[in-house]
Amino acid sequence: MLSRLMRNRRTVLIIGCLFAVLAGCLLLAAAFGAVSIPPLEILKMTLNKLSFTHFVSTWQPSDETILFQIRFPRTIAVLLVGGALASAGVLFQGLLRNPMADPYIIGTSAGAAFGATLALMLPIGLYFHGFGLVPLAAFLGALGAVFLVYNLARVGGKTPVISMLLAGFAVSAMLAAAMSFLITMSDRLQMRLHSVFSFLMGGIWANDWSQIAMVAPIIVGGILAARFLAYRLNAFSLGEEGAAYLGINVERDKLTIFALGSLLTGAAVSLSGLVGFVGLVVPHAVRLVLGPDHRLLLPVAALSGASFLLLADLLARTLLAPREIPVGIITALIGAPFFIYLLRRTRREYAF
Amino acid sequence: MVDIGIKGVSFSYGDSPVLHHIDLAVGKGEMVALLGPNGSGKTTLIKLLSGVLRPREGEIHLDGSSLSGLKRRQIAQRVAVVPQQFHMPFAFTLREVVLLGRTPFLSAFSDEGERDRQIVDRVTELMGIEKLKGRFFNELSGGERQKGILALALAQQPKLLLLDEPTAHLDISHQVEIMELVKGLNKEQGITVIGAMHDLNIASLYFERLVMLKEGRIFSDGTPAMVLTEQTIKEVFSASVQVIEHPSVKTPHIVITPDRS
Repeated sequence: MLSRLMRNRRTVLIIGCLFAVLAGCLLLAAAFGAVSIPPLEILKMTLNKLSFTHFVSTWQPSDETILFQIRFPRTIAVLLVGGALASAGVLFQGLLRNPMADPYIIGTSAGAAFGATLALMLPIGLYFHGFGLVPLAAFLGALGAVFLVYNLARVGGKTPVISMLLAGFAVSAMLAAAMSFLITMSDRLQMRLHSVFSFLMGGIWANDWSQIAMVAPIIVGGILAARFLAYRLNAFSLGEEGAAYLGINVERDKLTIFALGSLLTGAAVSLSGLVGFVGLVVPHAVRLVLGPDHRLLLPVAALSGASFLLLADLLARTLLAPREIPVGIITALIGAPFFIYLLRRTRREYAF
Repeated sequence: MVDIGIKGVSFSYGDSPVLHHIDLAVGKGEMVALLGPNGSGKTTLIKLLSGVLRPREGEIHLDGSSLSGLKRRQIAQRVAVVPQQFHMPFAFTLREVVLLGRTPFLSAFSDEGERDRQIVDRVTELMGIEKLKGRFFNELSGGERQKGILALALAQQPKLLLLDEPTAHLDISHQVEIMELVKGLNKEQGITVIGAMHDLNIASLYFERLVMLKEGRIFSDGTPAMVLTEQTIKEVFSASVQVIEHPSVKTPHIVITPDRS
């Protein structure tokens, strides 16, 4: 009984700390930018807005507008994207039993991007009754790509890491070529070239609450739902056959996990465009510190992913201010060397 | 503790048939080895018994209830499988791996409880690996890992333990150790054991009943002395061997004779 209490206390403590870190990152990210707003004022403004308090205004009215119309939509979107990508990474890695499966690397993101580009090409507005076709197309693209990669990579009932990386690369390259073709051929896309490029480089898009309000329930719901798959993901670490011996309904659960991972990826991509490596770096770092048990890994990775991307986005906005670097470039600059390190370190194990 | 009835079971992978109308009855507490060359269908029969594969024809009964009527999870609460080896991609500790054996008893909304942890403690002690519980599974030796997998299977508290060439990758001392442990479980806890075995001599030493398969059919079924004859091995494996008596335990022992004609 005591050991269980201790265990739960440890879990609660870890999660609690990570929520605090996330709140700190959110405050930091909201404070800095083209205009700095003191964190204390941010707190006061927020509490006032929520009608908890009635602090006397000591700030410029313009600060309030910046905070609620620009900073917060942006940072909340970043937070959601970071959590979603890290969770999707954990889901794909657990299912494929491969610590290198990241939505970006296995082609899911490219699928989502292709879907989104198709939607941008259509002769209708970017937003369709508040909720664009873009997120929907991104989701379908993500789902399509992951099934394509998975089936291409499958050799004799197994999914070896090398064939998965190759299939992911091939499918991503194919989709990138198709996307370039569409951009070249479509006048409509030419007009929206800036949107397309900032999409591909992970320039965070979302700047209005309505889009966030649409996507947030999907991402938050998806992250919570993922936690319920945790013990099945643990069983999957024994392989599909091993999981089946433990009573797992392999085909059904595989489909559920793939769909959930793709849903999270698609939702994230619809907010931010392509942001790579979050799903790779964050789960791996968490596993190194806390071990691979998915029951702890899933919530911790989601919270850490959100904090990580908030900091990366803060760098993206402030490094070369007033110019803004797409956040996808920052995460790639951190993530790609990390991926190479991982590949080299595990080379022997995976028999490259 | 369990009665197994295999009635007219056939199976094929795609168009290539593997098993033809197998009839086999195994009583409670029996310890049965399935023997035969590669491709004879012994591993397929293990997978059918575990419910991972479903027969194309025929039925498998477990304690009177048809396997096809049970859910995966219900089967896993009764039947555990020890495969050749697991590849573990993540740094789970031995304790966490053994705890996976409780999976069929967990649900999405409840994590493992005190009882599950007690079971893990008990089975690791039974396998003599309780001191290794905190170590990473991947850093254990082959023999220690296999004992861990056996402990995982035992954590399911199975009535039927299926072995799929459990000693294939082990050196000789660990082969003996694993088989002694399995034999002990069979004798002391009455767990029914059915194992696909590669090594005829190990099978002869540790199993009371051998079932020899040839091209998906039962070729012979009986005690080691009945099944392991020079004639049978010649017909099933197309190999010329001599069968002698084990010097101490008097079971048949197969000696390979080099071709010096």
